[in-house]
Amino acid sequence: MADSISMKKLVTRLLLVVVAMFIFGFALVPIYDVMCKAFGINGKTAGQYEGEQVTDASRQVRVQFLSTNAVDMPWDFYPKGEQLVVQPGAVNEMVFVAHNPTNRPMSAQAVPSIAPSTAAAYFHKTECFCFTQQVLQPGERIEMPMRFIVDRDMPKDVKHLTLSYTLFDITARHPPVALNTDR
Amino acid sequence: MSAVIDDHGHAGADHAHGPAKGLMRWVLTTNHKDIGTLYLWFAFCMFLLGGSFAMVIRAELFQPGLQIVEPAFFNQMTTMHGLVMVFGAVMPAFVGLANWMIPLMIGAPDMALPRMNNFSFWLLPAAFLLLVSTLFTAGGGPNFGWTFYAPLSTTYAPESVTFFIFAIHLMGISSIMGAINVIATILNLRAPGMTLMKMPLFVWTWLITAFLLIAVMPVLAGCVTMMLMDIHFGTSFFSAAGGGDPVLFQHVFWFFGHPEVYIMILPAFGAVSSIIPAFSRKPLFGYTSMVYATAAIAFLSFIVWAHHMFVVGIPLVGELFFMYATLLIAVPTGVKVFNWASTMWQGSLTFETPMLFAVAFVILFSIGGFSGLMLAIAPADFQYQDTYFVVAHFHYVLVPGAIFGIFASAYYWMPKWTGHMYDETLGKLHFWLSFIGMNMAFFPMHFVGLAGMPRRIPDYNLQFADFNMVSSIGAFMFGTTQLFFLFIVIKTIRGGPPAPAKPWDGAEGLEWSVPSPAPYHTFTTPPEVK
Amino acid sequence: MTRHPHVWMGLLLWSIFSQAQAAWTVNMAPGATQISNAVFDLHMTIFWICVVIGIIVFGAMFWSMMMHRRSTGQNAAHFHENTRVEILWTIVPFVILVAMAIPATATLIKMYDSSESDIDIQITGYQWKWHYKYLGQDVEFFSNLATPAEQIHNQSAKGEHYLLEVDKPLVLPVDAKVRFLVTSADVIHSWWVPAFAVKRDAIPGFVNEAWTRVDKPGIYRGQCAELCGKDHGFMPIVVEVKSKPDYEKWLGERKAEAAQLKELTSKEWTLDELKERGDKIYHTTCVACHQAEGQGLPPMFPALKGSKIATGPKADHLSLVFHGKPGTAMAAFGKQLSEVDIAAVVTYERNAWGNNKGDMVTPKEVLELKQAESK
Repeated sequence: MADSISMKKLVTRLLLVVVAMFIFGFALVPIYDVMCKAFGINGKTAGQYEGEQVTDASRQVRVQFLSTNAVDMPWDFYPKGEQLVVQPGAVNEMVFVAHNPTNRPMSAQAVPSIAPSTAAAYFHKTECFCFTQQVLQPGERIEMPMRFIVDRDMPKDVKHLTLSYTLFDITARHPPVALNTDR
Repeated sequence: MSAVIDDHGHAGADHAHGPAKGLMRWVLTTNHKDIGTLYLWFAFCMFLLGGSFAMVIRAELFQPGLQIVEPAFFNQMTTMHGLVMVFGAVMPAFVGLANWMIPLMIGAPDMALPRMNNFSFWLLPAAFLLLVSTLFTAGGGPNFGWTFYAPLSTTYAPESVTFFIFAIHLMGISSIMGAINVIATILNLRAPGMTLMKMPLFVWTWLITAFLLIAVMPVLAGCVTMMLMDIHFGTSFFSAAGGGDPVLFQHVFWFFGHPEVYIMILPAFGAVSSIIPAFSRKPLFGYTSMVYATAAIAFLSFIVWAHHMFVVGIPLVGELFFMYATLLIAVPTGVKVFNWASTMWQGSLTFETPMLFAVAFVILFSIGGFSGLMLAIAPADFQYQDTYFVVAHFHYVLVPGAIFGIFASAYYWMPKWTGHMYDETLGKLHFWLSFIGMNMAFFPMHFVGLAGMPRRIPDYNLQFADFNMVSSIGAFMFGTTQLFFLFIVIKTIRGGPPAPAKPWDGAEGLEWSVPSPAPYHTFTTPPEVK
Repeated sequence: MTRHPHVWMGLLLWSIFSQAQAAWTVNMAPGATQISNAVFDLHMTIFWICVVIGIIVFGAMFWSMMMHRRSTGQNAAHFHENTRVEILWTIVPFVILVAMAIPATATLIKMYDSSESDIDIQITGYQWKWHYKYLGQDVEFFSNLATPAEQIHNQSAKGEHYLLEVDKPLVLPVDAKVRFLVTSADVIHSWWVPAFAVKRDAIPGFVNEAWTRVDKPGIYRGQCAELCGKDHGFMPIVVEVKSKPDYEKWLGERKAEAAQLKELTSKEWTLDELKERGDKIYHTTCVACHQAEGQGLPPMFPALKGSKIATGPKADHLSLVFHGKPGTAMAAFGKQLSEVDIAAVVTYERNAWGNNKGDMVTPKEVLELKQAESK
């Protein structure tokens, strides 16, 4: 019977491998996130700026701002300026405008992305509307500031980078709370 | 080892009997030969079904302009063709061959887990019934390509995508159970004296394939589960709107997808490694290096997946890493091809149908390998990606690779299965028609791809017209030829010259030590392997 | 040896070259940029390496197939391993691969060059058209398939540029570094112009970068290269490369046009003028889903002919076209079309295919809707 126990053992082990690989499939999600943060794959922006906040006056970087609406998104959404020339290490600000032209309250999520992807790991936002969902009432317009620092360690050959926001309508998933006008 | 066999002695009472009578024999069977037969017939039906989808595609592409189907249906055809051929035809055919041959090759009385074997087969018809039924739903079947990239397959998918996901789950469970069964059989049921390094290469390649299967099919299951959650439970794994990432889908998919490619080819490597020595009357050259090369290919297949994604915008270092890793695969693959060529060198060759298919396998698979090498070069891939050049590449790897490997095996072992010799003239005719049809269908695809024709389009510019017509004629020829194969198989089952236990004078292996047709129960007492 | 695939290929190639027609093109074109030429050279290098390896390996196989047959009385040898040879044919391919990887790496590094650009263009993929935006220039437009539906459905002869023609091509100056910022508003597309060797996926939520510098003026054609749904095969790319003065002139005209459009909006339109304009818009923008006769493709794409919307109150009709219908394939065209074009297409839909409503929506009404909503 020793052998038939080993059969049970073998099959159990193989099933464990299957379960482990199924879990691994899901684990790829956080692993991928970590890889993205580390290597800037796909232009995910970097986290907190930990370098010294000293401006590198010897260098200039052109930062370009783009906005795209997902196809079913009726809002107006655009940056107030098309580009800034900034110095690494300095804190800069760009204001984005969003306006809900429809007659219903809507919620939106802005998703940032950076090109070239090698620069993404060196772009730090200190304040951004993309961290939260935006709710706008019918006809409401807001100005949303976005503050950022370009890392002093960014590779020297990067002369320009592009920050693109895509605005998605997430009203269906996260219904906005309508303004209570009864009071 | 014998204890295991006694453990399966519950079937001992049956040993005197043949199979049960009637339909229930097939529904309830736990016999590896019956299940192997079921798998092979199922795979052949799916091959014809997937082939008929291909015929629709080629008919539409016969001329520029929309003639036969609308673009929406065309996309369903390309998607279903891919899914049915990969999961319905090639993979089950190899599982069928494994069921029939592995116990015979290693001197085992049956597969290690016969009831699970039955279950894993019967999941497949259910899965494909579910999948094919989607074609008749209101929104149509899956139309997002067999690679089902998000968000086309999630946010923008037809309603039937849920059916598609469940069908993939069922196929996955079936494959995983099949793989566990193969591993358990090979590791536990070998006859005394059958050491690992004495196993035929078909057993070796299947052992490695089975490990690939249990490693990546669960990842595919995870991938479609995440899709399911995105579609129905409000998560955003792959949806950018919720903070997810459509590119993540491609990483997860190809983490499964690239090993999957080797799952579809390694067993064919193994079969061909038995067939070429048999008809060269010379032992296989470099057995040990074949085993190591197979293992190396399997290992490398896990670290090259992003070469399918060179144009999604991967950083330079990533592109370089995946390019180099992909190029490395050429080394073990080359070793295999050189070994086969050396096996033929100074042999005493004859060209019966299995050998014809096996030699065509080596040559045409190598051509697919060459285009694979070209595709691995990242800057050049920017031009090849998603064109007909890619279509030509993977059809060269899968048709004369996997499919010819299966045909070669079928002709090689058909005498053992049926007890009759197939008609050699008809077999050769089948080979030549398939060979010409296949090359005519797929070779011109290299040209239109390089000239700039994207894949998965129902209509094209006039400059691609002539080669597309040639391709379509070749495809029709290849397609109808396979009905002829059906005729040959049925003719062989019904009669023909009785086959001796070992119909091929150069063949080696335990499977030839049992009579033809192989009795319902074989090796109830394990043979002695020297 | 007719079974020799190379003989067969040779015959095919011979027939191809003897025809010497564009229709039998067998190879990639070198293209119009330095990068595309480098890629072409790389492609040919690897191709010839493969050909040489193929001749050696297949040659050995054919030699044994001819000379080592049993029918010639050949007795089989018994060797089955040779460590020296096996090591050799592991190392030699490795060396060849390294030789391939070196030029490939060099070309790839060139492609990832990130020096300053002269022009930046945002390319956005939509189902099933491209949108181009000249950054910093106030010029942007959609580029739609221009091939008439009759050609696609074989009711009229197909033109030379069948399926590779658009209403408004992307225009670039020659010899300037152009940076493309590629993104998508819905599913994944891929922007590909073979002559530039530029292929970049357009991914929703992400921006991808590519660049080109075109050596000679001309018209270059490409197609979407990633399956993006029903009309994936019908979203071509046309790039017109002009000399620098011609480009400046064109850009000036586009800017003037944008200003003109503002005037058009305030003009008094007649029903017939709007219908005529709407006819054109409908057949570029709406026809893919709602079909030439307004019959749609139910259930995904409803018919407009006799539909409740197209024959109902015009405010509802306009609102639907303007805002789209969330959760369906109907996009919000308020952002994609000008006021004039929205007015024209709605008017057209209300008066075509027997939807004889006789009423019209004016550009002014569309503008008012827009303004009302932005207050």
